[in-house]
Amino acid sequence: MTIAPIEQEVTVAAPPARAFEIFTRDIGRWWPKGRTVGAKPHAAIVIEPRAGGRWFERDDEGAETQWGTVIAWAPPARLVLGWSLDAAFKFDPDLVTEVELTFQDAKEGKTRVTLVHRDLERFGESAQKVAAQLGGGWPTMLGHFADFTAEHSTQKETSR
Amino acid sequence: MANTSAATAALGALGDGTRRAIFERLARGPLAVGALAAGLPVTRPAVSQHLKVMKDAGLVIDQARGTRRVYRLDPRGIGALRDWLEDFWAGGLAAFEDYVDDNNSEETDHDDRAD
Repeated sequence: MTIAPIEQEVTVAAPPARAFEIFTRDIGRWWPKGRTVGAKPHAAIVIEPRAGGRWFERDDEGAETQWGTVIAWAPPARLVLGWSLDAAFKFDPDLVTEVELTFQDAKEGKTRVTLVHRDLERFGESAQKVAAQLGGGWPTMLGHFADFTAEHSTQKETSR
Repeated sequence: MANTSAATAALGALGDGTRRAIFERLARGPLAVGALAAGLPVTRPAVSQHLKVMKDAGLVIDQARGTRRVYRLDPRGIGALRDWLEDFWAGGLAAFEDYVDDNNSEETDHDDRAD
């Protein structure tokens, strides 16, 4: 049971090494204000430049909201981030969905940047843990959502 | 463009533990209020109240079945998180593109002058 990954692409006017650098080092500058997940707009967003590093935003009072971690750091071609915010936007280190960025030379000083956010069905597995604490089993949330999309007509009322 | 406010509402509604439990049960199949309340440590009126919030958030829909009102997951709420992420990344990458345009020009100009 999988959910289609999010796939996006953009071509930017800088060679790969520079595009990678701007993407990672300057993310707090170019990421739109108010489009983050912290309680307040971000003052900085940090992607620590190494595998295992943290990925977080920080507001102007120093409060940090972690988004995830750095899974692979391979400039100038590839960056894999682990997105660990659950369906309620809470950081859950046990929930890791992959955001893979590739920086391909598009000639003439340009770079084709692709983004793939995959493992979306894991949001459901994370929810399962929460439910276990509530005393119930927990079928994968988004997985069931995805199944539900198929609108199978065999749904029956649970009776016990 | 994804309906971000709807997605946010749906996700916000799932921030509550009882509502997540209700959601989980409905993910297995449609249920009436009574059956939902029977499996949860909250009162039936409380379940009804949660269902109202979830309905407003686009997570569930209800349907009269005989004398009962049966709830199930709302297909329109499906993928709310995915929609939200889609929009999140699209906005981010567009801003990235603009930023590179504005901030890498010195180097490009320099290269041009080198000719």
